[in-house]
Amino acid sequence: MNPLLITTTQAVDPVFKFIFGVSLVLLLGITATTVGFVIRYRRSRAPEPTSQSSGNIWLEIVWIVLPSILVLAMFYYGWSGYLSLRNVPKDALPVTATARMWSWSFTYANGKTSPRLYVPVGKPVVVNLVSKDVLHGFYIPAFRVKRDVVPGMKNFAWFVASKPGSYDLFCSVYCGVGHSAMITTVEAVPAAEFAAWLEKGEGKEEKAAGKALLEKHGCLGCHSLDGTAKVGPTFKGIFGRRVTVLTGGTERTITVDEEYLRRSILDPNADVVKGYQPIMPSFPGLTKDEVTTMVEFIEGVR
Amino acid sequence: MIPVENVPPAGDGGFWNDTGKTGITAWIFSTDHKRIGLLYFYSVLTFFLIAVVLGVLLRIELMAPGRTIMGPQTYNAVFTVHGVVMVFLFIIPGFQGSFGNLVMPIQIGARDVAFPRLNLFSWWLYIAGAAVIITSLFTGGGPPDTGWTFYVPFSERTGTNVSLAVFGVFIVGFSSIVTGLNFVTTIHRLRAEGMTWGRLPLFVWSLYATAWVQILATPILGITLALIIAERFLGTGLFDPARGGDPLMYQHLFWIYSHPAVYIMILPGMGVISEIIPAFARKPIFGYKMIAFSSLAIAAAGSLVWGHHMFTSGMSDTAILVFSFLTFVVAIPSAIKVFNWVSTLYRGSISLEAPMLFALAFILLFSIGGLTGLILGAAATDIHVHDTQFVVGHFHYVIFGGAVFAFFGAMHYWLPKFYGRRYAEKPAVVAWVLMFVGFNITYFTMMVLGMKGMPRRYYDYLPEFAPLNLVSTIGSWILVSGLILMLVNLFRGLFKGEPIDRNPWGAATLEWTIPTPPPTENFEEEPVVTHGPYDFKGAGIP
Ligand code: HEM
Ligand SMILES: [Cu+2]
Ligand SMILES: [Cu+2]
Repeated sequence: MNPLLITTTQAVDPVFKFIFGVSLVLLLGITATTVGFVIRYRRSRAPEPTSQSSGNIWLEIVWIVLPSILVLAMFYYGWSGYLSLRNVPKDALPVTATARMWSWSFTYANGKTSPRLYVPVGKPVVVNLVSKDVLHGFYIPAFRVKRDVVPGMKNFAWFVASKPGSYDLFCSVYCGVGHSAMITTVEAVPAAEFAAWLEKGEGKEEKAAGKALLEKHGCLGCHSLDGTAKVGPTFKGIFGRRVTVLTGGTERTITVDEEYLRRSILDPNADVVKGYQPIMPSFPGLTKDEVTTMVEFIEGVR
Repeated sequence: MIPVENVPPAGDGGFWNDTGKTGITAWIFSTDHKRIGLLYFYSVLTFFLIAVVLGVLLRIELMAPGRTIMGPQTYNAVFTVHGVVMVFLFIIPGFQGSFGNLVMPIQIGARDVAFPRLNLFSWWLYIAGAAVIITSLFTGGGPPDTGWTFYVPFSERTGTNVSLAVFGVFIVGFSSIVTGLNFVTTIHRLRAEGMTWGRLPLFVWSLYATAWVQILATPILGITLALIIAERFLGTGLFDPARGGDPLMYQHLFWIYSHPAVYIMILPGMGVISEIIPAFARKPIFGYKMIAFSSLAIAAAGSLVWGHHMFTSGMSDTAILVFSFLTFVVAIPSAIKVFNWVSTLYRGSISLEAPMLFALAFILLFSIGGLTGLILGAAATDIHVHDTQFVVGHFHYVIFGGAVFAFFGAMHYWLPKFYGRRYAEKPAVVAWVLMFVGFNITYFTMMVLGMKGMPRRYYDYLPEFAPLNLVSTIGSWILVSGLILMLVNLFRGLFKGEPIDRNPWGAATLEWTIPTPPPTENFEEEPVVTHGPYDFKGAGIP
């Protein structure tokens, strides 16, 4: 990693320390003075007020000027830290993040897409933010970066991971029932490993594994594999289950079969399981093979 | 023990006996500012309690990861309704409507507000708006799930009953404008002889500043909400980029009102504190002019800082520079007030009764809220904590720890005057301790969670956030147990407690010179004011 490069974390954290530090001193000062006065001048000890002073122009000037200087320093410091978040290093690796209700998908220059944000350690990454529907927020706490993902608007965020590891990536702007499930990770890996991963194209085994497909399209944000209730019905034991669905407003009971699973993926709101909201997005971009792989995988979740 | 004049039973004497009408109509059609004040008080208190229950349910859901007591759709509706009710049905109308109405005309030596019938109309508008909001919860597509900010495009797409809820808020907005107009006129026109601007109690000054914000800012909220309805029904595309609209324009419009609205919430609270502290320290307030002026400065400069809610939105960097700068400028008058309150204590004779305890808690909690606000005003740091639990903690410190604690202080300070009886002191102190401790456990923990990266409006969270969420939830139970004790003690006292005299606290403003409870016309003869609001010697208080 370029030793001169300042990471976003390094740009922001000193500002936190400065403002928290000054605030702590002020807060302790205010609290100690208040408590001190209350003890010293409590009525049992000071039955009569010993002053009827109603102001002191010099004191008041002091506490207009002093806070003014402090807050201007905070403003300036905060602004200069912010500029570091906006000035993208020239050699940054571009990635496009596509947000939709309720999943993330990351697209690299060579067309490869991934549900997780793989990045090389030590190399700055600039993420261009695209929303398919409503507002979302791209937030990686570990790197102190956040930017709203606004439909029709070209927003970006950049960061650099200085150590390998897996970092949480959250959706920070409320976007509906799956908002809190709209989370994924940043996987920071050594540069060589990253290059190999990127070259693999779509990756054979990933294509084959139904689970990876479900993960990639964000299905697991709303459907669990272990029976826990989420936004949508769980996949555990779904095959062969008898469920009541609403089809165009009328209730009917069906048995979950391959046909039903296929239709639910391609045209999710045709039948909506009773008790759930008709909110699942459809996935018209899936190939026939992919749908088959997914359905086969779901059938096997016991 | 102060000698007590002929004390009538509770709910009797003074304005309570003004019976041209009987039963409920003596209240809901009364134009007496004191009756309207109590109507408002009980209405906003009811909504506050409902929203507290919802807040506690939110905390219980967040006690552990995954589903605890409700599903995600319910959670989203609950935090939306909690926020909408707290903001639009409790704290914005709360101070002006209840204590503003009860006390302000008496404090300026008037018989009533300038337009008593308009005053009643404003309460009716409020009730009508509230009824529409409540209807929206049980009809159509179910309770709104947008958050109290109604951000587009989500609020245009969701199938829940957003349009009706927004329409209810729209109506409540008119109630706020009407009250604002009434108060500005009253303060200009109805001051008693000798009640110069320099002798106005600081509570009145704060209401005056607030009233201007209500008049000037609320119409913008009305327009914004009307546009949401237009978008939903007519598909006008104003906020839709595919049709030349812009979702950020909605955010600007929303915050042009809703940031100043924060001052509608907090300024009257600051006014209450400026009454309570001198009364219980037996000393003139330190820097009267500066406090009065800073209320106006906050109201004026505060209308130029709305963009600090949008630092991550994609707004231009120039806008961020300007809004961040102005936000820091507004911090200065608030700091001045805190320093002035603390210095008022110096060389006073301080009595730590319940209203004073709430005022002291206000100073500390509001300071924490204000100081954490600096983190949100600085561009670099706001990026990390925006839309996280840090913000939720921060605004509860300002609005709950600030405005609502001041409201509790006002309840203990002024309600006995209107009921003629008071609460017991010991339980009030215990309740205060519980609330103070519970409050800090609940919300400080939420701020820590936000620093660690937990976003807000999250139904579910990663295991790493679990321990602190549990702590916060336990804190909310302590907080609420204090709240219950406080209310039980207060109301038992008001109806069955010890009778009080005209001026139980030894305060120097006009409301303490008239009989307890106040007569219908407030003053037997027009008062002539000869001294300032905190001139204890002038008022003949030992
Ligand atoms: C016992 C009292 C209270 C509790 C336990 C409580 C709890 C909460 C919690 C947990 C949230 C966050 C929900 C989330 O982001 O997931 C929240 C949001 C909120 N609270 Fe409270 N709260 C209380 C009192 C108040 C008061 C007194 C006010 C204002 C007067 C208030 C105003 C709000 C607002 C405006 C929101 C934001 C709603 C939204 O995100 O749309 N709360 N509260
Ligand atoms: Cu989201
Ligand atoms: Cu604001």
